[in-house]
Amino acid sequence: MERITPLLWLLFSAGGTVAALLFPVHLFLTGLAFPLGWLEAPRYDVLHRLIAHPLIRLYLFILISLPLFHWAHRFRYTLYDGLQLKHLTTLIAVLCYGAALFGTAMAAYLLWTIT
Amino acid sequence: MPSVVAMTVARYRPEREPAPTSETYEIPFRKDWVILDALNHIKDSVDGTLSYRWSCRMGVCGSCGMKVNGTPKLTCATFLSDYVPGPVRVEPLDYFPIVRDLVVDLTDFVRKLARVKPWIIRKEENSPADGEYLQTPDQLDAYKQFSMCINCMLCYSACPIYGLEPGFIGPAAVALAQRYNMDSRDEGAAERLRILSEHDGIWQCTFVGECTKVCPKHVDPAGAIQQYKLTGATRWVTSLLLPWGTR
Amino acid sequence: MKADPHYTLYHPRWYRRHVSVWWWLQNRSYTAFVLREITSVFVAFFAVVYLWQIRAIAKGPEAYAQFLTRLGTPFFLVLNAVAFLFVLFHAVTWFNLTPKAMVLRLRGKRVADGVVLGLNYAAWVVVSGAVAFVLLRG
Repeated sequence: MERITPLLWLLFSAGGTVAALLFPVHLFLTGLAFPLGWLEAPRYDVLHRLIAHPLIRLYLFILISLPLFHWAHRFRYTLYDGLQLKHLTTLIAVLCYGAALFGTAMAAYLLWTIT
Repeated sequence: MPSVVAMTVARYRPEREPAPTSETYEIPFRKDWVILDALNHIKDSVDGTLSYRWSCRMGVCGSCGMKVNGTPKLTCATFLSDYVPGPVRVEPLDYFPIVRDLVVDLTDFVRKLARVKPWIIRKEENSPADGEYLQTPDQLDAYKQFSMCINCMLCYSACPIYGLEPGFIGPAAVALAQRYNMDSRDEGAAERLRILSEHDGIWQCTFVGECTKVCPKHVDPAGAIQQYKLTGATRWVTSLLLPWGTR
Repeated sequence: MKADPHYTLYHPRWYRRHVSVWWWLQNRSYTAFVLREITSVFVAFFAVVYLWQIRAIAKGPEAYAQFLTRLGTPFFLVLNAVAFLFVLFHAVTWFNLTPKAMVLRLRGKRVADGVVLGLNYAAWVVVSGAVAFVLLRG
């Protein structure tokens, strides 16, 4: 676990940057503006056409995967320090990074197989 | 302005009490006094048994660090007039064991500082005949901020990670390691990387940033640690991709 | 000299204070720090929502319409609003801390914090604009 800490920190940093730059606009549009009707939501065929581009699929993969690793790393330390759950440190690490890996795998599978 | 201020000072006399207590003293208010002046007044005129550390009384020795109203401060650089009408609470620095009254034990920090090898490491030293090591103002600028550390320990007292994880190497030790890593005369970056990348090294830090806020010399230890994380991570990647390269 | 982190110096009369589990409520900076760390939960939440959206798109137009309707329910709208605030807090604190973590040197001199900050916010605006353009032009 210690040997790969630098890698986990790099993923955390990259994920944090992706989340900081892109999540506000995506969340505002998809989570508030479109459902509330402030702006017109893109039609299905538009999204389907967009998602056909390999670059868009790569973008979406990064958009989902890296922020999940950002969460995993940060949340793991929050539980460890904030709630002082020292005795569960391995379990917490496995659950957090495991969940991020699972989400990444799901994203990869969906984006690879979409037609 | 009032003529007296109440000062509540933490006391701990291990020979007669099992835990720290506190005593409140009424001290005269002088607008040019710092907290250290008030403590000296108490020791000289009111209660000679009060124990605390101080030395230069001008903010360069780092001896007089204490908590004033809950915030770590240098008592020689903290004006009493900022705390009137009071009461002012003076307590020993957090996260260090209390030896007596306001005196804490700093051995842990001293050991951690020695671990990061805070000296110029070179494969070969210049002989006097070779002359001095030359350094441009820009090269000096690269590490000067980190060299301002006076080892006052306010940063350790502000760092919640140090409180929760006593093995954590801590802000000042990393800032001082960076002071030498960034020095153009130094060749010991690889050695320090090994030490700082250990379990209790830089990776415990979660960038709370409180250390930088309380530092009286504007060393910015939080910045030093984050910059070092980036350096450490980059070196890790290059060592992975180019395992035969040694630096 | 290697210090063993598990060895505690034996001085029975030194008083060692215990750190309360509520340490983060003692001070505004600490509380703001924990709130900043909690933003990661909402970041993960939205990543999962987006994953859900992609799955809906993969399954077809009905699934996508269902997804949009579900996202429009009051429960999700409130959650999305709260998540949006936390994600904004994450973005602002992240950009504000970037100049400390990434020191750029140009021709020997350190680039000013304000410049790095400005570049980050400019990138944010540009990137957000690009995303909005792609999603809104139809």
